[in-house]
Amino acid sequence: MQTKKLINDGAKAVDEMLLGVLAAHPRHVRALEGSPRSIVARHAPRPGKVGLVVGGGSGHEPTFLGFVGKGLADACAVGNVFASPPPDPIIECAKAVNGGAGVLFTYGNYAGDVMNFDMAAEMLAMDDIEVRTVLTTDDIASAPADQRHKRRGVAGNFFVFKATGAACDRMLSFDECERIARKANDHTFTMGVALAPCSLPQTRRPNFELGEDEMEMGMGIHGEPGVTRGPLKSADAVADEIIDRIFGEMVPSRGDRVAVLVNSLGSTPLMELYILNSRVAQRLADAGIQTHATWVGNYCTSLEMAGASITLHRLDGELQDMLDHPCDCAMFRAG
Amino acid sequence: MTTIDTARLVAMFAAIAADISADRDRLCALDGVIGDADHGIAMELGFAAARDAVAGLDPAAADPTTIFNTAAKSFLNAVGASSGPLYATAFMRAGAAVKGKAELEDADVVALFRAMAKGIQDRGKAEAGEKTMIDAWLPAAQAMGDAAGAGTDLAGALAAAADAARAGAEATKDMIAGKGRSSRLGERALGHMDPGAASAVTVIEAMRRSLAG
Repeated sequence: MQTKKLINDGAKAVDEMLLGVLAAHPRHVRALEGSPRSIVARHAPRPGKVGLVVGGGSGHEPTFLGFVGKGLADACAVGNVFASPPPDPIIECAKAVNGGAGVLFTYGNYAGDVMNFDMAAEMLAMDDIEVRTVLTTDDIASAPADQRHKRRGVAGNFFVFKATGAACDRMLSFDECERIARKANDHTFTMGVALAPCSLPQTRRPNFELGEDEMEMGMGIHGEPGVTRGPLKSADAVADEIIDRIFGEMVPSRGDRVAVLVNSLGSTPLMELYILNSRVAQRLADAGIQTHATWVGNYCTSLEMAGASITLHRLDGELQDMLDHPCDCAMFRAG
Repeated sequence: MTTIDTARLVAMFAAIAADISADRDRLCALDGVIGDADHGIAMELGFAAARDAVAGLDPAAADPTTIFNTAAKSFLNAVGASSGPLYATAFMRAGAAVKGKAELEDADVVALFRAMAKGIQDRGKAEAGEKTMIDAWLPAAQAMGDAAGAGTDLAGALAAAADAARAGAEATKDMIAGKGRSSRLGERALGHMDPGAASAVTVIEAMRRSLAG
């Protein structure tokens, strides 16, 4: 049986979504003439500013295109559902936001994205546009700590993009913007739990099977299998398990400061996210960690998957400064 | 000796597109077990775009290299994903391997398979045994070269390639992934065929039927 979706045609879902986004947010974003999968901020480009291009597969909204705007990403290359964009829209994004100070590519670490963005970077080099790449690798369930470079980028993208976008908006040098992006990624730790699958608009079939009373810890945002599958646990038990694993890597000290993101994978409601967050807040307080800011809601989804992820972004003065820098995007505002 | 003209290559892309389309749901299901369930969709999109783009070329003006380069560009820009850069590179290398030829002879087809396998390997940086499409493409190219070297005719060499691809894809069931999304699974991927290797078998089999006749 096919899943129920409010769509017209699965093959047109991404392009029809983009039409709706452009209609809703004309003050923030535009599509490039002749390259409809290149979504560019209204304010871009700015001379002398490092251009920030993000992107990836669709289906994770508001990641990635919702974070295009002043103070955050300058452009987003939009792929098919759960599939990297090809090089062409990436190249057009980079050209459109190039202010002569270099272009930074920041996106989640997936084989397909890396190949397409690297091909784009190679072709841009022939046009004398210098591109550097910072991959997000915040999903601690996706590879051991000593293989951080193999980890996936998930909801923690939010903090990495936020810090990098702020650095670029402040007209910092290419080196500084890249350094801050890498540091923000190194300071970001995410783990998720899935309760029910999603289905792609083109197939409308669940993308994995999970028993009625089961959950899967560490599942990826495309339904990539996680680390353990077992009976559904309480919100407190899930929050504890995730926080324990994050603490195991972050090794926090009393007096540390963090920002928190409790993210829905799509269909898990705010009620459940806030229940999770109450436990997260308790655990942080118990550990003597200050919570500088918390975001709760849909930030990096997996279509209608049920489940959630918890991200801790460990702050120092610099990262806090970047986090507090104002931004104004179609689907996110701060400061 | 038979020769293969551009019309045969255009028909080959139509045959691959038809077979991949028929295979779409199986490929998505294989990918759902160890990946993100979209492999069949990406392959269908890519080969449909390649089929349409090469069919739109002027057959009088297009040589085999143009056919392969057109297929590469259209596949890539329709798909992105992982299969986009991998198959686009394969077709660009195929185009380079037959540069200057108006029609393909037996040896050109052998060179074409070898170039495609090498292109996929260079772009994806996968080695044999890492549970990827390379585990079907490398043995196929190898078997084809060996058969041709031993004096087998083109139909026989293509059959050897298709058999080797099938055996290679089957062998991915016993592999732990070293590349791609399933590489995060460790031993949990054991017992499952790699979807990229499975689709490679479909592509190679369609190429065999189109080029052997």
